[in-house]
Amino acid sequence: MNRNGPLALIFNALFLAFLLAPIVVVCAVAFTPDGYLSMPTKGLSLRWFRAIGDNPEFVRAFKDSLMLGVASSTIAIVIAVPAALAIARHQFFGREAIQALFLSPLMVPHIVLGIAFLRFFTQIGLGGTFTGLVLSHVVIILPFALRLILAASTGMDRSIENAAASLGASAWTSFRRVTLPLILPGVASGWVLAFINSFDEVTMTVFIASPETTTLPVRLFLYIQDNIDPLVAAVSALLIFMTVGAMLVLDRVYGLERLLVGRGRD
Amino acid sequence: MTMAASTDAATPAVPTVAPAPERVGERWSWAPYLLSLPGLALFAVLLLVPLAMTALLSLNSFSFYGGIQDVWRFDNYLEILADSYFHEVFLRTFRIAALVTLLCALLGAPQAYILRRMTPAWRSLCLLIVLGPLLISVVSRTLGWALLLGSTGLLNQALMNLGLVSEPIEFMYTETGVVIALTHVLVPFMVLSVWASLQRLDPQVENAALSLGAGPSTVLRRIVLPQIVPGILSGSIIVFALAASAFATPAIIGGRRLKVAATLAYDEFLNTLNWPLGATVAILLLLANIVIIVGCNRLVERRYKQVFE
Repeated sequence: MNRNGPLALIFNALFLAFLLAPIVVVCAVAFTPDGYLSMPTKGLSLRWFRAIGDNPEFVRAFKDSLMLGVASSTIAIVIAVPAALAIARHQFFGREAIQALFLSPLMVPHIVLGIAFLRFFTQIGLGGTFTGLVLSHVVIILPFALRLILAASTGMDRSIENAAASLGASAWTSFRRVTLPLILPGVASGWVLAFINSFDEVTMTVFIASPETTTLPVRLFLYIQDNIDPLVAAVSALLIFMTVGAMLVLDRVYGLERLLVGRGRD
Repeated sequence: MTMAASTDAATPAVPTVAPAPERVGERWSWAPYLLSLPGLALFAVLLLVPLAMTALLSLNSFSFYGGIQDVWRFDNYLEILADSYFHEVFLRTFRIAALVTLLCALLGAPQAYILRRMTPAWRSLCLLIVLGPLLISVVSRTLGWALLLGSTGLLNQALMNLGLVSEPIEFMYTETGVVIALTHVLVPFMVLSVWASLQRLDPQVENAALSLGAGPSTVLRRIVLPQIVPGILSGSIIVFALAASAFATPAIIGGRRLKVAATLAYDEFLNTLNWPLGATVAILLLLANIVIIVGCNRLVERRYKQVFE
């Protein structure tokens, strides 16, 4: 039941308007038919979205971002699944410390991680490479994947696994046929959340990206520092649409409310 | 939603430990170590080593012609302590973070309370609008503010059309602009944190107070507020830590002139090329972050022990 007074409802409306305003403005300006920044008052146009296609730097950065997101979230999942199973079902020496270590990238400012990776990769000869980008992204997105898989495997009924074992299934078969299907919603949403975080990351990546290998948010950020035109609004709108698409997938697979409210992100 | 889950959301920046499995008498085995080995190896090489290297780099010295010198001194730290330019930057960072935290608390806490009193269908929708932006790229959101706040931006046009101001207010490249945009980026964390503490609030207590003759404002002040203070405090810790180390938003809205700690470190690294000094700024930021997150969390948890358990 709604027990809010009129003042509270006005506050709510203003608050939501404040949150939506910049996002709506970016999407609106992206559809302008004019050659300069303006709200589309005389009809909508896709010319600035087409302009992205004519700009090879943005196209390449977009492809690199996609590949980086897919590669790093897949590696993060492969590492996070066994780690989550170890933490969720075994009581062992150093368990709390290991979990704290895996979640620690959430506590380190990304600017610090960017500087640390820049120094490290230049020293070992991985500076400005795609490998370097993937490795650094795995580190920062692993906590998000780990949390969701941990939540899925903590609440799991283990008697089914015991039944599989007593029927003669090997550990690997039991993992593949019983455990994995049971934690799959957590794994799938962990992958999508990790992908979103990799795809949107800018602060750390701006340090380790090179002009040849860069991501879309970084390219966008560097472009905005010099000038703001409808082209960047179109690229931003594209990023927003992609994120909203990923959110819809997450909502289907895991439930967005459970994801955001039940399990926070940084 | 379980209690464990809401505690988790209340402190998203702080590692929380999953409840220990119940089988205590388990035989010691290699299995958990083998399972976490890939992650441990990765984190040792790719997190601990780079951070240690940055700490060492901050002790080196830099000269314009000689580059980075392998000396081990605290000269960079002393330089930052002595130079009034660095004082100004760190003071500005701190001021912006404090203002953003205050605004987030003033906006986020009432919003969380209003959300709680909505019908479930409206609440889901509003919660989605409040928390969804967390997943949207911070560059896109900041670009939106740059479009709104510019001298010919929508906000100034609206203010001038309404006759509230005669000349456009300059928001871009000012602290006011940075504070507005950062509040937008970070306020969802405050709502999340207060929301989590509201979940633990028993509505019957409010009803009891009402039935005993307390007015709505008394209930709010004497019943609700004291119970969500821990949520506001842990939300403030997260918002402050993130605001103090924010990079993309101050860089875009603040421009090249209005420096904060993060954009200062970026400049030292990629423009001035004084890596040791940049590393020093980064290490100071990291230390400040750890002190704020770990230290303040301890304080809040000790002060409000009865609320947390």
